[in-house]
Formats: sequence, C-alpha cells, structure tokens
Amino acid sequence: MRRRHFLVLSAASVGGVLVYSLDRKVSRLCAQDRPGQAKPVSDKSGGKPDKSVQSKTLRIPLRFFTESEAALVAAAASRIFPSDDAGPGAHEAGVVIFIDRQLAGPWGRDARRYTHEPFEDGLAAEFGYQGKATPRDVYRQGLKDLAGFDALPPAQQDEKLKHIEDSVFFTLLRRNSIEGMFCDPIHGGNVDMVGWQLIGFPGPRMSNVNDIDKHNGEAFRPKPMSLSQVVPEPVRPSEEQTRSEPKRKKTSA
Amino acid sequence: MKNLPKVDAVIIGGGWSGLLMATQLGSRTQLSVVVLERGGARKLPDYLGGMDELEFNVRFRMMQDYSQETVTLRYNMRDRAVPIRQLGNFLPGTGTGGAGEHWGATCPRYVADLFELYTKTVERYGLKKLPEDHAIVDWGVTWDEIEPYYTRGDKLMGVCGKAGNIKGKLIEGGNLFEGPRSEEYPTPPMKLPYAAALFEQAAKSLGYHPYPNPAAALSVPYTNPDGISRPGCAYCGFCDRFGCMIGAKAQPTNTLLPLLEKQKSVSLRNNCAVRRIVFDKNAKRAGGVQYIDANGEECFQSADLVILGSWTLNNTRLMLLSGIGEQYDPTTGKGAVGRNLTHQVSAGTQVFVDKPLNRFMGAAPTGICVSDFDGDAFDHSNLPFIRGGTFRVAGTGFQPVVSFGVVPPTVKARWGSEWKKAAIEWYDKVAGIGFSGEHIAYKTHYFDLDPRYKDHFGDPLLRMTIDWRQNELEMVKFATAKAAELARAMGAKAVIGPPSFERYDARRYQSTHVQGGTIMGKSPETSVVNPWGQSWELPNLFILGGSTFPQNGAANPTTSVIAFTYRTADTLISRYLKSPAALA
Repeated sequence: MRRRHFLVLSAASVGGVLVYSLDRKVSRLCAQDRPGQAKPVSDKSGGKPDKSVQSKTLRIPLRFFTESEAALVAAAASRIFPSDDAGPGAHEAGVVIFIDRQLAGPWGRDARRYTHEPFEDGLAAEFGYQGKATPRDVYRQGLKDLAGFDALPPAQQDEKLKHIEDSVFFTLLRRNSIEGMFCDPIHGGNVDMVGWQLIGFPGPRMSNVNDIDKHNGEAFRPKPMSLSQVVPEPVRPSEEQTRSEPKRKKTSA
Repeated sequence: MKNLPKVDAVIIGGGWSGLLMATQLGSRTQLSVVVLERGGARKLPDYLGGMDELEFNVRFRMMQDYSQETVTLRYNMRDRAVPIRQLGNFLPGTGTGGAGEHWGATCPRYVADLFELYTKTVERYGLKKLPEDHAIVDWGVTWDEIEPYYTRGDKLMGVCGKAGNIKGKLIEGGNLFEGPRSEEYPTPPMKLPYAAALFEQAAKSLGYHPYPNPAAALSVPYTNPDGISRPGCAYCGFCDRFGCMIGAKAQPTNTLLPLLEKQKSVSLRNNCAVRRIVFDKNAKRAGGVQYIDANGEECFQSADLVILGSWTLNNTRLMLLSGIGEQYDPTTGKGAVGRNLTHQVSAGTQVFVDKPLNRFMGAAPTGICVSDFDGDAFDHSNLPFIRGGTFRVAGTGFQPVVSFGVVPPTVKARWGSEWKKAAIEWYDKVAGIGFSGEHIAYKTHYFDLDPRYKDHFGDPLLRMTIDWRQNELEMVKFATAKAAELARAMGAKAVIGPPSFERYDARRYQSTHVQGGTIMGKSPETSVVNPWGQSWELPNLFILGGSTFPQNGAANPTTSVIAFTYRTADTLISRYLKSPAALA
C-alpha cells in the first residue's frame, strides 16, 4: 500500500472544499472568502484572509498524486485557468483535487478505452489517441518533466507550458482543468460552484419550461444549485464506485 | 454450452427496433419471444440524479464500453486499420433502449426521393452526374409505401412539429421540401430558445423556409395509440447523451418497456451478448443464437425465427462472424455483406452574437431547420456535387465542460488569462448552426472483419473502410458558405466554420447514424435483405435498423428505423407467419 499523501492548503485560499476523510465521510470545509470576491492569493503568502481562518490549513487526502506532484498540477492548472481580475480560477475551484480523483478512478486507468495491442505509432491525428499510456501514465511522466515548475515565477511557468503545448500531457491537463472548473461539485472540482458563477451556469435545473422562450437577449441567471442540492438521493459519481459492471468471464472464440 | 428451451422468436438487441418488434409480436401474435440485450437493465427512475455533465456528456456513461469492443478504421483497402480506441465519431449505446435512450430525439423523415436515389438522379441529371466509384442504388421501397409507417412512428413517439406538405398541399411554416404526409404531426411544435428564434428570423429574411425541428420530446402531455402517456418537456437542457428523467423524451424504456412488462409471452434478458447466429446452410434456416449470459455462461437459444435488431455495426458484424452470406469484395464487386457503408456529413458553424442566449435552457430536439438545400430541392446542374442537407439551430442545453473555451478567431490563446477572459465573455453568446448532409454510398466504402484486433471474447472487430470524397468536400464548402450568410443575418460579430473535411476524423463527432452493411435491395447479388427486411439467405432471419439502409439521408434516422421496423413487423405477421417462406 502506498504512503498516504495529503494536499495541504491554507483554508483561507480556497472557497471551500469537499473533503473525504479517512472514513470516507464527506465533510465541507469552508473558508470565509466568498467566490467572486476572492482575491488571487498564492499558497505561501496569502492575501488578506479573515483572521478566523488564517491559521487553519486543510489536509486533503490524495488518492493518486504525491504531495509534490499535486503541487505541480496545482501550479500548472493555475496558469491554464488563472485566478485573475476576470475571476477565480483553477486554484479556487479545487482543480487539482478533481484531477486527483479522476486519475484514481476508472477513467484514470482507461477502464473504458480499447487497449488491445498492437499499438501503432506515427499515424495521422485523425485516428485519435493511439498510445498505450493511460491518463495515469501520461500524468506521471508529464509531471516528471515538470519537476521544479511550482517554484518558477509565472512568466517562466508560461514559457515552460508553451514548450509542451502540443503534448498529450498538456492536452489532457488543459481538458481536465476545464472539467475541474465546471463539473458538478460532486466530483471535487468547481468548489462552491465558482466555475458556474463565472459564466452564469445554473447547474442541474429541473425545469425551464416557463423561461425557455422568454428573456430574449437578456441574461437570465438563476442561482446555481448542484446535483446534491437538487436530487433527494445521494448520487455516487463513477470515481467513487469500486465496480461498474459485472465482469464477464473470458471465453475463447 | 447451456441449451435453453426453444422459443418461437429470438430478437437480438433491445433498442428501438428490437423492442418495437417485440411489442408488435407480443401484442399481435401468440409467439413466445425472447429479447437478448448485451447491456444492463434500465428504467425511468435510473435517470433521476443523472444531470451530471461530466459523467454523461464527457465520460459517456450510457455508451458502449470500448474496452470490450470497438471498430477499426482505415481510409482505403491498401492500409492497415487501427482501432478507434475511444468514443468519438459516433456514440453507440448499450443497455435496455440502446442509443434510443441517450439520443437527441430529432425526428425528421428522409426526403421522398432518397428511396429511389439512383433512378431520380439519373432521370434529372443523367448518368454522368453520378460521382465516380459511387454505389448509389434504389431501395426497393417507395415513399408512398413507407409513408403510413412513418405516421405510425410519429404517433408512437408523439412527434412535435408542423407539417409542410399534407397530401400534396403545401403549408407555410412547415417543411415544404419533405414528402407528402398523410396527416399533421400528433403534437404541436416545442417552445423555442432564443438562438433558434434568431435563426428563424434570419432564414426568413433571406427568403428561406424555416420550420420547427420535428421533435420526440413532447411539447404537451401526450397519450399514444398504445395507451402510453408521457408529460411535456421541462427544457432542463440535460437531453442529448442523457436519459430523460421525466420521460418527456421518447425512449424505448418509457414508450415500449411498459407494454413489454405486461406481455407475458415476451421476455427481455439483459447482459446477454450474442456471438453467433447458428444456421443450417443447406436447409436455408437459422436455428437460433449462441450468446454469453450475465454469468458468463455460454448459452444456445433455439428459435424458429431470428430477428437481428441491434445497431448498424453490430448487425453487420454478427452476420460476418456467423458466416451468413458472402463478404463483399470491392475488387470483384461480389458478395453482399458489408456493402454501402455510409456515415453523415455533419458540419457545424459557430456564430458569435453580442447578446446572451441563456443557452443552458433547452431540449436537444427543439429548434429551427432550413431544408431549402436538402436532397434535390435545388438544382445541381451547375454544382460540383449531388444532394444536400438541412441546416439546424437546435436548442440543446449547452453545458460548460464541453462548451467553455470557444473564442472568436481574433483570440489566438487557448489557455491563460487572455483566453479565459474571452471565453467567459463569449460563453453564452455563441450559437451553433448545424448542417447535416447526405452521405452517398461508394464501392470502396465497406465493412469487413479486422484481421488483427479482437473484442473481449476474442472475436474479430469490425473494420470500416471509409473516407470523405469530393462530393462531401464540395457539399460542405457550399453549405458552409450558406451557413455564413445565415450567421450574418443573425447579426454575427464573428463566425467559425467547420473543421477540415480532408480526412474522415475518428475524433470528431459526426452523428451516430452510421449505416449500411446488410442493405436492402431487389437482388440477392447486391443486397442482404429484401425490401421487407427478410434475409435472402435464410428466410427465417429478419434484419432491422440502419444497417439495412443503402444510402444515408441528411435526416436523423430513428424515425426511419421505426417506420421500417413497423413495415417488417406487419409483413412478418400478416404474410410470413401464415406461410413461412421467402417473400416475393
């Protein structure tokens, strides 16, 4: 069994995080900063956090990344989707936590991708990704190549990312960052729906029947609600499930 | 191998066509019927809690598991094919209801002349107009023969819309370019989201004839002729690629399953993957099917009647794996199984307007269409291609993971602050004009079994040999120019056209409307089934679905699949069962 790794964050720097404790119970840790007002703050120096939470740190159990890997992913995701004057970014949304859970889950190990050999290389891009490496492998290798990235100043970080812009790793990281910004909070990203508030997406809204053909040309922005607020029964995302479908016996032709 | 007690009919596939055939046999005959569905059971309550974009729209929870089985792709006969390793160009379903659960419920009919494409095209333009290497044929069915079955399909699902042609009388506000309907749609059009309303005005201003997209998500509560009631749509926006949690979108689980549950003579077995149709070549008779059940046990289900009603690719593959009929060979032109592989020409244009569109609201099938350039509605004499398609602004609910990040062409960045700012600014101001065009059949586009790659049982994967040709490139060029005109009339600040059609792209969603492989026709030399869906080879084998369609229309095919299934069911019940032999 691997050593348990945690992502340690100052509570003041995040809008709020859903944390799965060791007994797998969900608890919500909230900082006082409200999304939208949150100033861009780095892990180390901090902005001007509320005193009541200044001393608190969150220890978020990691499922796939090591601490140092998580720090690299957090830093890179924050350059892809920065926290800036346009609003909160990957940092506030907890993108790194989202990615960690995705990689630990079935998607990370390619549970639904066709992985039979032979793997051919040198094919046109139109055939889609043909590599053997799973998302986990791609991240592990990609992060090795990013060693020291989190210590660089932002301009140098951007420079470094520009060099790998066309790589499988960067493409995946960019895609996963967007996923972590805008997925339902049930998946560990989009904390407190900061992503949805950025773009006025209300989440899973049961009915728009009285609004669909109205508000023409005017922004209609109902208050966002997440799946857990809308649905009475608890919903278990696939990354929390140990088995998806009954495994069939292998039989020969 | 476990030998199961013989039944009268076994149906392979529990989607629209398989379950519709099952309800027909269950309600109109005394036959004992078993439906074998490779995927799990699904019911309406499963979809509550399903409004999760990541799970359903990104990770595709309702789709076929490619780790178990996929298809291989190559562009021509000289190449080695490689597997399409992740979902992309199409999204096959699995489980009860098949892709009919996650579909977009857009329900147009094929244009009337599609069924006689060869004859009509040659009549109007002469032989020379047919593209090189084409495999265009007539279907052996005419519009007048199939129209009543379309009407039954519309009633089954409660399709919403506005007719543009009732018995030859043209009606403004409907689709003037479709074949004559025998009656008006069962339910009125759905409500329109803003982007579609803008498109409607734009189309009118250019002199086109916009009409409401025919939709199988109900505008009003509806009870169909089978007594099944469904509520009106809530426009929640979690539609295409999701199951409908209230049952407003017609799906086999809410339209057919409630009937089947009452029919004692029909049983549905889930998690049963059929591997072979067993047959006696000399007796010209299918004897049943061999499948792996939910426990992994190999079973043989004996039956007097075998009905193959799975998705296009699975229908074709099962025929090839079973060795029924001769594999098509494009070099000799011999053999019928695998012929006429077609997809669809889907080319979207993104329109940047300066007003918020509130596009989280919607339903996949609400929207506005323009068919002024569909089929042969316009003169092709001086155009470098034949056929055409429909433009559509659909009101599908936009969701942020898949929709965020689209920026006007002036913004070059794809990450970082500049991109983020522009993407937020434009997030709710981008409308999509879709174009769905016909894909004609070519002699060198076909299916066979892949010599290298296998599924999780060890059976060869199906191989697709396909690419885009000049006809498609020219059609897309033409359509893109028209779409740009429409976009400008919508007040576009910027427009992004579709990506290149130089090569068929396995990463890019076209549609799940791949067709051909076991096509219908008038001759056993060049088709697998007769125009009633009966196998030429084995008269007690019937095939349903898009695999029997020799050409691909611009229209989404589900309504046609349902119409042809009704027609096969009628023929089977009224003629075949009385005298089980080859129909003439």
